[in-house]
Amino acid sequence: MTAAGTGSAARLLLPAGARAGFADAVRAEWVKLRTVRSTYWSLLATVLLVTGLGAVFSLAYASRYHSLSPHAKAVFDPTVTSLSGVWFGQLGIGVLAILAVTGEYATGTIRPSLAAVPRRSRMLAAKALVFTAVTVAVGEAASFAAFFAGQQILAGRAPHTALADLAVLRAVTGGGLYLGAVALFSLALGTLIRHTAGAITAMTAIAFVVPTILVALPASWQDTAGRWLPTNAGSALWSVRDVTHMFTAWTGFAVFLAYTATLLTWGFAAFARRDT
Amino acid sequence: MIEIRGLVKRFGPVTAVDGLSFDVMPGRVTGFLGPNGAGKTTTMLMMLGLVRPGAGEVRIGGRRYRDLPVPLAEAGVLLEARAFHGGRRARDHLLFLAKSNRIPARRVGEVLALTGIEQAAGKRAKALSLGMAQRLGIAAALLGDPAVLVLDEPLNGLDPEGIAWIRTLMRDLAAQGRTVLFSSHLISEVALAADHLIVIGKGRLIADTTAAGLAASSGQPVLVRSPRASELADRLRHAGAATEPAEERAIRVTGLDAATIAGLAAAAGIAVHELTPQQPSLEEAFMKLTRDHAEFRAGPASPGQAGPGE
Repeated sequence: MTAAGTGSAARLLLPAGARAGFADAVRAEWVKLRTVRSTYWSLLATVLLVTGLGAVFSLAYASRYHSLSPHAKAVFDPTVTSLSGVWFGQLGIGVLAILAVTGEYATGTIRPSLAAVPRRSRMLAAKALVFTAVTVAVGEAASFAAFFAGQQILAGRAPHTALADLAVLRAVTGGGLYLGAVALFSLALGTLIRHTAGAITAMTAIAFVVPTILVALPASWQDTAGRWLPTNAGSALWSVRDVTHMFTAWTGFAVFLAYTATLLTWGFAAFARRDT
Repeated sequence: MIEIRGLVKRFGPVTAVDGLSFDVMPGRVTGFLGPNGAGKTTTMLMMLGLVRPGAGEVRIGGRRYRDLPVPLAEAGVLLEARAFHGGRRARDHLLFLAKSNRIPARRVGEVLALTGIEQAAGKRAKALSLGMAQRLGIAAALLGDPAVLVLDEPLNGLDPEGIAWIRTLMRDLAAQGRTVLFSSHLISEVALAADHLIVIGKGRLIADTTAAGLAASSGQPVLVRSPRASELADRLRHAGAATEPAEERAIRVTGLDAATIAGLAAAAGIAVHELTPQQPSLEEAFMKLTRDHAEFRAGPASPGQAGPGE
């Protein structure tokens, strides 16, 4: 075996003056994403959690609705009920986005990746773009599927609704947008922490543990602090009714995006500064 | 060509690379030699912008690595073995690298053929043997048909056939006018594959020389066989040589070349049956060189000095 054929072909590979750019980095990230199996199982897990648990919650309310208190009936939100699974689906999306970065460190792929795209911000931005696009697309599909299934289940036994209502359309679309934002938030966490287990722990703590702990704290604390928790703020986007002491839909989502942007900025800076 | 100027890298209190400057020239295979922890990997990572130098700079083809318009077309890189996602197929690993540098996808098939691993193209990286994985790493390095190749320990863990293959490949690449730099901590590997040597220890340049030059610098001994060996030894010592008994009726002489020894023997009327200049092994030369180097006597390698990945 010799290297014959590499030399003479040298300048035939690429046209003169060729320059690799952002679009090329995006294509590479897309290949990376679609060529590992963890992508498929984590997206499948997300879809199953969003639709499956949405159906379970809808079923639970459908069967119990007649026995709910008048207050519970008054604040019943059929949209957010059918989208309950989004809260759990964020775990699948979060793990996927974290693995996108920590997986490169764990397997050592980060070095060839950065040797190929030495401008680090370009690589990370390309990765963020690809992940946002894919997770929003899958998130929207899951959110709409969960909504339609949930309304079918609720129909006849509890109030249900339709997309013709603009607030409902916003909430259902919001389920997908929220999952995309969770992906970016988690990608930033993965970039900062670089270790899979650590990043997943941090993401789970922020998304699930802290909100749960808060419930055990005095009501006045819950009322003032609860809305500021990133995932509490963000999830306002996928409920139709404003929840007491929580931000309204777009304000809440803007707060979540602000957290995400801060974390991403920090992540980009650390990624550019560090050795690999 | 690779130009390295005043490179310094510290990891906390440990100086891994300490003011390193050298050039790696095209058209020949350059071996990058040093004991484990000498700073070879750190230096190579700094060449590629994967580790940020504390001071100094590296230019590849006249530019900083991050300024190369198509990095993979300028420099091909093999870093640690198995720098792949285990679940990704060999072909797909090459494909994403190709895409990132606008290299046509057909080139993936070409480098798979060039490295003889077409049949492994569809295998997931974790299913590859070490030899196969190393070939995949080389395939990735050749992807952009680069002018410069930087290979970190390319012979590590390969079977003799694999070692011979990489040696031939490096020679061919250099013969095509490319710059080929490969590292090793085993001088026996480097001796057979390199035309030129860069030797470092504790992050400093110890030698920038040819393989022959390294051997010569340690003083070439001459084996002398004679029926009157001990008498000849006395005369040679008198002339300033150092001698030591080798075999029966033979001595190893250093400090005089073969012609001078023959002349002295003839003048004394002593018959000489054999007069053989001996190539000291590169191994010995290397040991001597690193031993002579003051920094090297500091003691056993301290942990952590290798820097990342070494």
